[in-house]
Amino acid sequence: MKLEAENLTFSYGAKKILDNIGFSVAEGEFVSLLGPSGSGKSTVLKLLTGVLKGEKGKIRIDGREIRDPSGRFAYMPQNDLLFPWKTILDNVCLYGQIHGSLEAMRKEARGYLSEFGLAGYEDCYPSQLSGGMRQRAAFLRTALCQADILLLDEPFGALDVITRGEMQDWLLHLRRKFERTVILVTHDMDEAIYLSDRILILNQSPAGIVDEILIDAEVRDREWLYSQGQLRRKIYGRIMGRADAGSAQSRQGPEEEAHGVMQRKRNER
Amino acid sequence: MKRDTQKLIPIFLIGILLIIWEAVVKVFHIPLYVLPSPVSVGKALVEEAGTLAGHGGVTVAEALAGMGISLILAVVLGIVMDCFPLVRQGLYPVLVVTQTVPMVVMAPILIIYMGFGIGPKILTVVLMCFFPMAVSFSDGLEQADTEYVNLVRSFGAGLLKSYGLVKIPAAMPSLLSGLKVAATYSISGAVVGEWIGAQRGLGYYLLRVKNSYMLDQVFACVVVIIALSLCMNGLVRIYQYAAFPYMRKKVDNR
Repeated sequence: MKLEAENLTFSYGAKKILDNIGFSVAEGEFVSLLGPSGSGKSTVLKLLTGVLKGEKGKIRIDGREIRDPSGRFAYMPQNDLLFPWKTILDNVCLYGQIHGSLEAMRKEARGYLSEFGLAGYEDCYPSQLSGGMRQRAAFLRTALCQADILLLDEPFGALDVITRGEMQDWLLHLRRKFERTVILVTHDMDEAIYLSDRILILNQSPAGIVDEILIDAEVRDREWLYSQGQLRRKIYGRIMGRADAGSAQSRQGPEEEAHGVMQRKRNER
Repeated sequence: MKRDTQKLIPIFLIGILLIIWEAVVKVFHIPLYVLPSPVSVGKALVEEAGTLAGHGGVTVAEALAGMGISLILAVVLGIVMDCFPLVRQGLYPVLVVTQTVPMVVMAPILIIYMGFGIGPKILTVVLMCFFPMAVSFSDGLEQADTEYVNLVRSFGAGLLKSYGLVKIPAAMPSLLSGLKVAATYSISGAVVGEWIGAQRGLGYYLLRVKNSYMLDQVFACVVVIIALSLCMNGLVRIYQYAAFPYMRKKVDNR
């Protein structure tokens, strides 16, 4: 499975949000879209899910253009959007309910509850859970979709710093286990570095992809993340649109190279 | 504990008012056909219990039938108005206008069209109950978060399923608020219908005892109407408590 997006362009009224965005995502890859607020990151995901229709551009999966993408993508929004009138188990099984396989999915979901820190809460209502738990439930709901690609739209943006850190650790652990293809939208540089195989940097709207950074680290932990100063400086520079930011690569110390950070500069579009 | 004491305050207040009322009637020797004392109203309630129960049953049946019809109409119309904004724009003002016509004016007209049977009474209830339900339900549908709709659509749900999964459940709290208001009105609606012309029902009983100046029985009937209206409201609350457990916390806080 390979996703290709080509020339995605979108405007809200007269305001152009996305300008000819193109990227590709390979099977099992974790790609982050990183950019400032209002740069149209979420719009990219909405175009992929088909909630919004672009002015032009093509979305291909395995070379085949898809016009009605529902079912290929599983979308997870920033605020958990759990239904307050459904129990956690039924919230998590939303996909099954829509596609007439509720019972089978309930069975499947029960197997994941402890992995997602929700064991014992399946019959609770969302209002009885903490923010982090609700977010994990929303993530399980997304993961249970029979979709090729998970789209996470700032999934931890509404959480406090400590919970967000815990959720990132948890997602990193889960990533290794489940090997799903993920596109993560975030404005948190550290989150992108910590979790991704590849970061696509978007500039202000109309957004285009200004750079692409590969992160190839054998071992990832918080210490590793904190030692990525050079990389953070470079990404920050690219977001702010500074031309000299690219030269950061040449200043990179040997230790960071040893940590296995590979960076590939892309020609600006 | 504090909340329990707060609940006792209105009961306490009503008790004091009843005592003052009883005293005034006794001290000034006010005759029964002007103002009956609470004790004589209580006696009438006991003596007339059988008759009141018979007439009350008819009124409750009319109120329940009217409520049921209103509920179906309100849900169907609410969904239609939500699906087609043009229908909403056209119909909403008309609905408001219908509410400005007093029921005592409408009821005799209905009797002219529909005769003295149970029909015009049920229709009076419908005319009184339909509006609060339709308005609250359609507002609830309109206010349902589009993010939720987008979510289920992205999961592959069609328009019909998005109503079943998101919009209708999201509008349920609003519909229940409307239903509580309507349930309280429903008994009054049926009584107004019976007052204009009927052979049975609390409205008919009220008119009969009023014409005989048996004010203790008039007041006893009023007490029954109040109690039944509160019961109808209570029924909706019980239904809400049993059928929508996720709303419970909010209800308890109220």
